[in-house]
Amino acid sequence: MPRETIAEFGLEHLQILDDTGKLDAKLEPKLDDAHLLEIYRYMMLARESDKRMLNLQRQGRIGTFGPSTGQEAIAVTTALAMNDEDWLVGAFRELGARLVRGETLLGNLLLYNGCEEGNAVLPAEKRVLPINIIVASQNLQAVGLGYAMKHQGDKGAVVSFMGDGATSEGDFHEALNFASVWRAPVIFISQNNQWAISVPREKQMHSQTIAQKGIAYDMPCIQVDGNDVLAMHVAVTEALDRAHAGEGPTLIEAVTYRLMMHTTADDPRKYRSEEEENEWWEKEPIKRFRGYLEKKGLWDDKREEALLAELKAQIDTDVKEFESRTDFKVDAPFDYVYAEEPAEIAQQRTEFLESIGKEANHG
Amino acid sequence: MAKLNMVQAINLGMKQEMANDDSVIMLGEDVGVDGGVFRVTDGLQEIYGEDRVMDTPLAESGIVGASIGMALAGLKPVAEMQFSGFSYLAIHQMEGHAARYRSRSQGVWTCPMVLRMPYGGGVRALEHHSESREVLWAHNPGLKVVIPSTPRNARALIVAAIRDPDPVVFMEPKHSYRAFKEEVPEAEEVLPIGKARVVQEGSDLTVIAWGAAMRTVQKAAKAFGEKTGKSIEIIDLLTISPMDTETIVASVKKTGRCVIVQEAVRSFGPASEIIARINDHALMYLEAPVARVTGFDVVTPNFFREKMYVPTVERISDALNQTLDF
Repeated sequence: MPRETIAEFGLEHLQILDDTGKLDAKLEPKLDDAHLLEIYRYMMLARESDKRMLNLQRQGRIGTFGPSTGQEAIAVTTALAMNDEDWLVGAFRELGARLVRGETLLGNLLLYNGCEEGNAVLPAEKRVLPINIIVASQNLQAVGLGYAMKHQGDKGAVVSFMGDGATSEGDFHEALNFASVWRAPVIFISQNNQWAISVPREKQMHSQTIAQKGIAYDMPCIQVDGNDVLAMHVAVTEALDRAHAGEGPTLIEAVTYRLMMHTTADDPRKYRSEEEENEWWEKEPIKRFRGYLEKKGLWDDKREEALLAELKAQIDTDVKEFESRTDFKVDAPFDYVYAEEPAEIAQQRTEFLESIGKEANHG
Repeated sequence: MAKLNMVQAINLGMKQEMANDDSVIMLGEDVGVDGGVFRVTDGLQEIYGEDRVMDTPLAESGIVGASIGMALAGLKPVAEMQFSGFSYLAIHQMEGHAARYRSRSQGVWTCPMVLRMPYGGGVRALEHHSESREVLWAHNPGLKVVIPSTPRNARALIVAAIRDPDPVVFMEPKHSYRAFKEEVPEAEEVLPIGKARVVQEGSDLTVIAWGAAMRTVQKAAKAFGEKTGKSIEIIDLLTISPMDTETIVASVKKTGRCVIVQEAVRSFGPASEIIARINDHALMYLEAPVARVTGFDVVTPNFFREKMYVPTVERISDALNQTLDF
């Protein structure tokens, strides 16, 4: 018997607006002006929020967080392509998507100040899960949500975000396999920002692409320029359309770059060069997309100035409200262990409150 | 009433809950066509179809992680781990997510699901098929850990677990799966989670146990009582966490003596926790130190030696003697 090729696989890369601002008009999606401007606005809101949060963190006014600067196109474009009944399942670098879905900067400030209240700002009906810190574990929950949608005849699809390092985790592979077997309506988006804290992509995997990992699970997969709003919109919309039509999951590798630190707790100078970062600053999504809007006559310096003033006011309001919050119930963690409080926990709550009272008295 | 073994009794409880509530879904390895390797889900797929009784790919984290997602979306997943020894591949999903969603989101998100698993010795299988690691789950606030001991309470507790608003780890003592039968009513029966049961009243000494050890305890107590005329009170813990301190303390205050029997290794186990609670609430009532009859702090031996390592009637009798003679 001669050896024969039993399967061959291909993989697409999609870019519509390149890093020099050149547009492939044949691939350009027909998005109305309002949608384009909304994308820009939320990208700017995420970017400006990052800047303010970094300041607050450096002053010790919030705890550590993972900035999404440089990756805004992925989160914002995706969230604005989703329907209200679609679920957003995140890791912790999708601030733009969360803001689109109704989270506030205030909620995120609370969260990154170590308050559970930050994960309680949206009602469950909004279908936005809290941030997920155990890398890749959220993907399996996304699959369960997807199965439930299908089982209940619900129209919702599920978008599950992760980074590049997440694709090394077992949970990533289990999730892709389960989603593939169950034909679950899940769009997995790996934000390949080149770095998992200090470990570069080439030490993370030998695979040429992340997208090709979907081939093993026989699901549509694509590598997209994640700093290109137009390409992201097209790839996500195609994937959502398939999911909504009952055609199962998709894996999208969104190539981008984490322009800042992993979280405020590390210093990129220890593991990568400023030159590398500067190269990527040239390809960053906001500047590129602004150029596109300008060419369409939708944007100029004056409008930029007005937007920045408006965003600053919005951010100031949230920061002010965050800093004036005093209504924190110290024993709230006891309220949410179980639906009904067991006797042992009730007793420990009393013990805790007495200890707090004593401390206050010793003041 | 029919006489059922524990496998049939749990099956009955799940079958009835699936009929009562469309949102109840079973998933796991071989739970569908095969009915599970112990047949606990036998016949359920035939009745409720492949969408509600699902043979999943072989991946424990996948099963549990997907169950969490289903629970968040309003389904009631009942996931089976084929053996508790394989459940550790999913521990991050339980510790990291199922146990925490309620707290993490101040009650916006909750995770009502059941994680069933056979545990403990008694089936002459290879490594990883015979440990008692209930404490791994009990150590996590947000999880409930339930261990039945007879067919009837297993049925009543699986129903309670499925209806519970919080994640429940339901550990089935596989040594008791087919060891004996008991009358189990066809009509609905539910036992409260978090409540221990005094299965035999007595005045001289309290024995506390759970799971498969209950049978050994009852055998030992019967023989001991007949021989010495001592009156032994026996408590079946039924829920490991949250633990029913009240029933334990009331009994120990009455008898002044206590022996705890656990199949798990000695150190850091539930028995240690029970002793701490007795110290907190009933120390001055004690006539003797609380004794433990436990597994030993070794890697659970393979089945050739297993029977010598789990608590035996002899070791329990010795502990009863010593505690009464103190």
